[in-house]
Amino acid sequence: MRARPLSPRRWDVAVLTLLFSFLYVPILIVVVFSFNDSRLVTVWAGFSTRWYGSLLSNRPLLDAALISLQIGLLSALIATVLGTWAAIALTRLGPFRGRAVLGAMVYAPLVMPEIITGLSLLLLFVAIGLDRGFWTITLAHATFSMCFVTVLVQARLLTLDKSLEEAAQDLGCSPLAAFWQVTLPLISTSVAAGFLLALTLSLDDLVVASFVSGPGATTLPMRIYGQARLGVTPEINAICSVLIGLVTLALLAASLLTKRDFAARRER
Amino acid sequence: MTRAARSPGWSRVLVAAVPALWLAALFLAPFAIVAKLSLSSPATAQPPYTPVFDLFAGLERLTADMSSLTLANFTTVFSDALYVDALLSSVRLAGVATLVLLLIGYPAAMALSRLPERWRPLGLALVILPFWTSFLIRIYAWIGILRPEGYLNGFLRWLGLIDEPILFLNTDFAIVLGLVYAYLPFMVLPLFAAVARLDQSLAEAAADLGCPPWKTFWLVTLPLTLPGAAAGALLVFIPSLGEIIVPDLLGGSDTLMIGRTLWSEFFSNRDWPLASALAILLLTVLLPPIMVWRRLEARRWSGAA
Repeated sequence: MRARPLSPRRWDVAVLTLLFSFLYVPILIVVVFSFNDSRLVTVWAGFSTRWYGSLLSNRPLLDAALISLQIGLLSALIATVLGTWAAIALTRLGPFRGRAVLGAMVYAPLVMPEIITGLSLLLLFVAIGLDRGFWTITLAHATFSMCFVTVLVQARLLTLDKSLEEAAQDLGCSPLAAFWQVTLPLISTSVAAGFLLALTLSLDDLVVASFVSGPGATTLPMRIYGQARLGVTPEINAICSVLIGLVTLALLAASLLTKRDFAARRER
Repeated sequence: MTRAARSPGWSRVLVAAVPALWLAALFLAPFAIVAKLSLSSPATAQPPYTPVFDLFAGLERLTADMSSLTLANFTTVFSDALYVDALLSSVRLAGVATLVLLLIGYPAAMALSRLPERWRPLGLALVILPFWTSFLIRIYAWIGILRPEGYLNGFLRWLGLIDEPILFLNTDFAIVLGLVYAYLPFMVLPLFAAVARLDQSLAEAAADLGCPPWKTFWLVTLPLTLPGAAAGALLVFIPSLGEIIVPDLLGGSDTLMIGRTLWSEFFSNRDWPLASALAILLLTVLLPPIMVWRRLEARRWSGAA
């Protein structure tokens, strides 16, 4: 009974192998078969990059990608500013009336089903007579993304030593100057991570965008969804692989940046 | 630097007011409109409903509107078996997916927590990574696997286990699989946090005293990590209940899920008031789990601070 240090380790290795196979094999299949020469996606007919070539001539898809990118960057920017703002309000103001309400309003969108968010925002835009399209999607994305930014930045602010900001203010800094010169540099990694998360959420969103978009504003997920419902094709495999590649690159860059940031912090 | 920002009272109000107003306008107000619309009558107009309440139309109009409020949409929702069935079947599918995720999540979280210190960040990163790739792509990937002529049937045939393709796609099985796949990180991460915080010596003590591993898990690990399990379960159950992409891409045409029903009432039947009533129903069902989750989170934050 005592001699069992080996078997639990084997169990752990088996569990993790199964876990990561489950997580990654489906994605790998999409990437591998995007290089398949055949139009039949299940039969391997040799290596080819022709589907990537045909992507470049797919005008509607490229337009959708451009719109998605514009909405993503703009909404992520708004979400980062507002989200950081809300995090400051929740952690640095002390108790104030309405703090619980603000906290609830920040947390509720995190778990709200997209279909309710989408429907309710659409009804708002119709009620106030806002033309649906680029701007309504941007506003919608900024609103749900900012809550995720708040959670990230709030976590960092809670671990931050408040005496640094207090020292800056004691030395004659205005609260705003103390924020710019002391707090913001210290939380910059979380703010950047929040921006990336907001960008990802926006680029990923299908349900909310479908509700609040109008003619002329078809985002990339909406375009992919329209084709995916009709079945698996090599072109969708290719566009999905491009997106997976871009996300992987962005995450690698982000992790290198945070590593450098951590190293710098340790040296200090 | 303006005088207003320098004065602590004003700047405090400003700091709190900007995000609060934004969320009030774009998160709270829309709910009021959904509630209002769920009480209106549908109309073949643009937008397709008879508006109730125009706050600028004066008191007389307001009282007239009040009397035109109708519970008809809710009567329809509860009298037509379709909607109640859709809700119950969503609860069932989301519940099964949550249970499956608990069963996968515990061994996974425990195995991750026992990784050597050096490998643990990589292990965790690999769990989170799929979350950063598109939800749509991850669900789309399963269409190719589960189709009758897909990779799974091909593999089983190659193994000689089957002669005829098994129907995986467009079944409840496919929906649960999709939900499990999509929400796995949301279960594993809170569980990992709970398991990693656990004092390892407790489990060792139990083992030294002759407790078999399954019993140690049942008597020591499980009770002590219950808050983490509850957080994970809620994080998975809540979005699964209103899920729409998974049932639409992986489920059959006869699969009922409340999110999908709402979607088709809205986009196909253009019955906005009925869709709003369904949204209110979904929200009512979700409110208790959301509040429990919020309380768990609040306790975690106060514990961290």
